[in-house]
Amino acid sequence: MIEVRQLRKSFGPLIAVDGISFEVEKGQVLGLLGPNGAGKTTAMRMLACFIRPDEGTASICGHDIIKDPIGVRRCLGYLAENAPAYGEMTVGSFLNFICDARQIKGPDRRRAIDRIVPLCSLESVYHQTIETLSKGYKRRVGLAQALIHDPPVLILDEPTDGLDPNQKFEVRRLITQMASDKCIIISTHILEEVEAVCSRTVIIARGKVLADSTPAALKQQYGCSLEEVFRKITRTRAASAA
Amino acid sequence: MSGMWAVLKRELKGYFTTPLAYVFLVIFLFFSGYLTSKEGFYEARQADLSRFFRNMPLLFVFMVPSTAMRLWAEERKVGTIELLLTLPLTIWQAVLGKFLAAWIFMTIALALTFPMVLTVAFLGDPDAGPIFTGYLGSWLMAGGFLAIGCFFSGITKSQVISFVLSVVACAILVFVGLPSTLNYLSTLLPAGLTRAIEGLSFQLHFESMQRGILRFSDVAYFVLLIAGWITACAVMLDERKAC
Repeated sequence: MIEVRQLRKSFGPLIAVDGISFEVEKGQVLGLLGPNGAGKTTAMRMLACFIRPDEGTASICGHDIIKDPIGVRRCLGYLAENAPAYGEMTVGSFLNFICDARQIKGPDRRRAIDRIVPLCSLESVYHQTIETLSKGYKRRVGLAQALIHDPPVLILDEPTDGLDPNQKFEVRRLITQMASDKCIIISTHILEEVEAVCSRTVIIARGKVLADSTPAALKQQYGCSLEEVFRKITRTRAASAA
Repeated sequence: MSGMWAVLKRELKGYFTTPLAYVFLVIFLFFSGYLTSKEGFYEARQADLSRFFRNMPLLFVFMVPSTAMRLWAEERKVGTIELLLTLPLTIWQAVLGKFLAAWIFMTIALALTFPMVLTVAFLGDPDAGPIFTGYLGSWLMAGGFLAIGCFFSGITKSQVISFVLSVVACAILVFVGLPSTLNYLSTLLPAGLTRAIEGLSFQLHFESMQRGILRFSDVAYFVLLIAGWITACAVMLDERKAC
């Protein structure tokens, strides 16, 4: 459902994403791993049609990110880094705005909101303004926004960053629950999360794909924990590539 | 279309859920009334609103950029631009939605100056024509200033920078048309060029409207000005959404 072909993006002299390619099928949860500045966020922003790639392209549900960005965004749920939301709005009016923009109307809207609010445990803060919420609730509002139209493809940039252990567990459970009939990409630094939810991992550093495998296969191949695998791959291979 | 409506609705509500709208309206209404009576509105014993409209360009130079500055700069600063522009909306729907919301807000502000109209109607027998074209001119001028403000709001994350740049841009367009500036320019530049500069200024087009003359060229000036700056804003935002 997601096909990425030779995506490349540079900011001035800095090459953020250097020709990455991969494919993700329905039912897969792909964990995009990499050190800070590896190009994870840039890659996700290109898939969400927020940044235009310099070269290469990608398609999501058959829509090309360059030729049909609106079609891509329609079938995509995207949670940006730090879960941006309009602080002065209440959770309810914010979700209604997202429904307006996604053209979810009438009974469909009521159904969507009735589904998403308990799913993200937002009942208690529904009438509160977003700027007064804790970090965990803000992130859940961001998740609710990404899930409200029940998209076939989800791209989540660090969905559990800043959450407490219980909330992390909840979000992971939510992702696992949805995994079977969706196609999900998450980025993270937390390696236990990869083992908990991802059926595949792509490790990138300095904009290049260094490994594309399953967490179990990587552990077996290197004969050590995922954390050590990550260190081995990102340090040695990135150094030799440079 | 409905995407634009969603942005417009959210933006317009945003004005009224923060104190911004009320602060703006109070200050705008106070100064529009104050400047009018300072110019001798009652002493002149004339049943018209020329003294009211005469101050509009100056007032708008400061007031309109202050409503426009947050449109995009705030989205950039908070990061919500990434949310807004990854929703299934075209850049045009987002830009027009925001611009129209700000323009509707300015329309509300102008509509709330209705006691001026009631006052002249009560004290005398004013000619409705110049009042209508005066309001139309003020409304179009607000749209022009907003389009400029919208553009400068889009190029930066800082609301202060966007405010200063749009005040300067609007001020140039107003002051270049004042007689004193034109007199000075005519000593330096050929007459044709001076006339061209005068034709580009707000002053010329607004003045004739305020006298009750509705000319195609004046309306076209404002329409083109708005369309041009809004297009520039959309093109620029499409090119550099991030950073």
